[in-house]
Amino acid sequence: MSDRLDFSGRNLYELDSYSVSEIETIFETAKIMKQIIKRDYKKIPTLRGKTIATLFFEESTRTRISFELAAKRLSADVISFSSTGSSVKKGESLQDTVYTLNAMGIDLYVVRHSCPGVPQLVHKYSNKPVLNAGDGRHSHPTQALLDMFSIWERKGSLKDLKVTVVGDILHSRVVRSNLIGMSKMGAKVTICGPRTLMPPKIEEVYDAKCEYDLIKAVKDADIIMGLRMQLERQAEGLFPGLSEYSKRYGLSKNVLKYAKRNVLIMHPGPMNRGVEILPEVADSEHSIIIEQVTNGVAIRMAILFLILGGKT
Amino acid sequence: MILLKNGFVYLSSEKKFERLDILIDGKFIKKISPNITTNSAVTYDCKGRYIFPGFVDLHCHLRDPGYTYKEDIESGAKSAAKGGFTSICCMPNTNPTIDNISTVNYVTRKARDVGKTKIFVIGAMSKGSQGKEIANIGSMIKGGIVAISDDGNCIQNAKLMLNVMRYVSIFKIPIISHSEDYSLSKDGQVNYGYMSTKLGLPGIPTLAEEIMVSRDIMLADVTNTNIHIAHASTKRTVDLIRYAKKQGIKITAEVTPHHLILTEQACENFDTNTKMKPPLRSEQDRQALINGLLDDTIDIIATDHAPHSDYEKELEFIKAPFGTIGFESAFPALYTNFVKTKKIKFEKLIEKMTSRPTEIIGKELGKIEEGKPADITVVDLNKSYTFTEEEILSKSKNSPFLGNKFWGKIEMTICDGKFTWKI
Repeated sequence: MSDRLDFSGRNLYELDSYSVSEIETIFETAKIMKQIIKRDYKKIPTLRGKTIATLFFEESTRTRISFELAAKRLSADVISFSSTGSSVKKGESLQDTVYTLNAMGIDLYVVRHSCPGVPQLVHKYSNKPVLNAGDGRHSHPTQALLDMFSIWERKGSLKDLKVTVVGDILHSRVVRSNLIGMSKMGAKVTICGPRTLMPPKIEEVYDAKCEYDLIKAVKDADIIMGLRMQLERQAEGLFPGLSEYSKRYGLSKNVLKYAKRNVLIMHPGPMNRGVEILPEVADSEHSIIIEQVTNGVAIRMAILFLILGGKT
Repeated sequence: MILLKNGFVYLSSEKKFERLDILIDGKFIKKISPNITTNSAVTYDCKGRYIFPGFVDLHCHLRDPGYTYKEDIESGAKSAAKGGFTSICCMPNTNPTIDNISTVNYVTRKARDVGKTKIFVIGAMSKGSQGKEIANIGSMIKGGIVAISDDGNCIQNAKLMLNVMRYVSIFKIPIISHSEDYSLSKDGQVNYGYMSTKLGLPGIPTLAEEIMVSRDIMLADVTNTNIHIAHASTKRTVDLIRYAKKQGIKITAEVTPHHLILTEQACENFDTNTKMKPPLRSEQDRQALINGLLDDTIDIIATDHAPHSDYEKELEFIKAPFGTIGFESAFPALYTNFVKTKKIKFEKLIEKMTSRPTEIIGKELGKIEEGKPADITVVDLNKSYTFTEEEILSKSKNSPFLGNKFWGKIEMTICDGKFTWKI
């Protein structure tokens, strides 16, 4: 582990402001954290006395719990804020919410919001480090880090791996962060889905290949990642129906035949079993979906440790 | 009397600068000549200064009545005067909407009382700018409106737009089209393309504008109406206007300083001051707008001054309203970016901001000539400064140009022979 990198006080809005060596440092740290959470006594005192606020203006279960567990395992105090039943429902602005919490001595904010750019606003109002836990369709950097860490653990590196991401690319913040991070780490990413669910100029914005035919997209893939297909997109006229989607883009055993023999199957969850992924694939020996969840806690512990805990 | 001595005076009829003196008597320019001498005038030495006709803005929002916390007629007029404008045309999307004679009279009366700049009123095309029924256009024309527009909104129903054009065609005033197909622009926040993908924000495609520009060109053709395309923002819009002009359709168009200077790249940091409609577009679109201006496909530059309060703009990007202020940055931003860099001839810029807009609304303004109203702007082109919130006179500070270094300080604005701005 490098002893020169200094993460203290940094924000994490998106992975583009983190270098390859910084991401590797996060992975190395997460490896240690993973050992800690596998112990019987899963807690270390590193962040004792620090207070972390998780601001979830948009509903979430796994990301919020994962962050809170990560903070608690580092012995930080956690203030959990969700807009449901809060002063936000009474019309309080984001600015006033942050001013109020800041006055209570928060050391770091974890923010999820349906509007892109809100983590930057929270930092502007608080002047404290902010971790983006998902802002609209824009970014979800800790999910990308845990995805990459899961691959890195299994494959040793991401360099030259072929990663195929299948699904609703247009509305996915996960894929945007993964495209930035994985390209940075040397992986070759192919994205696949209906054209109506593909953002414009995506190949220009990111270093990615766009493919509309699933079989071509997964050919020789080292990793296949499914994304959740949302029913409401059907009502928006973006695709004809879930059954047609499933037939064209669902991850089945037949599809896996075209990928590499030791292909890894991933999904950021929650899954629609039988839509974007069939149980035969989700529960197969190729799947590391459950491990991604465990790694999520380790990665978030690593980031909190690095940003609030000091130098590596 | 006022005597401006030794300035480089822009003569609109000859489209050139000459070192001259200008003698102003009351509301009018009495004499333009080298070496005027008189004992009865207050004399200002304008050596090294450039003197233009006062700028004319065909498109602004004064938010009065109804939203005076953003701007009112007085603060808007002061801001315009500081920006060198002597005539401005305000859009009707107020509350109540300027869709009837009494609201027209309210704005006209208040504008006259304030007196800082000439304010011309643009009436709504449809009642409440709701796009459902034709507004009382005839009576508003009697009240002095210079154009009609539902700016901020766009009539989606082609039949109603056709009827508005048919109805207005007998009055000889232009229809200003805010061209936007809502089915395509919907929840859009920024340009549909590179930036919408990068920021994960819903996009507004160029098609949303182009489809409506195409429709309105066709409707203007069959009704023989004067159509003016507001805030053109895309390459294809410029192409469509160029085509329509070649066909002899009575079409004019405007572009804003921000669409000429900035691209969608400016939105990268989620700065809500860069959120506007139409959105900032691609570099290819920007270049097409500049080319359209150079070959006169685009007739004028208008500010689309759209003030919003800080608490409205200091929100999540999706929640913040669209719009940027423009009076006080328009000339220095354009001069700095285009004239100083020799991309646009100075004379062309002045025409696009003075005489040409007044032709579109049929007013004899925007020229420095003996016997004409003394509407004059005096500028020191050699003075540079940083554009900051502190110096803005508008009630609102929502400008994407904050922190920019500009050349060309407006030192004096004279409207009807009176100083409306002076450093």
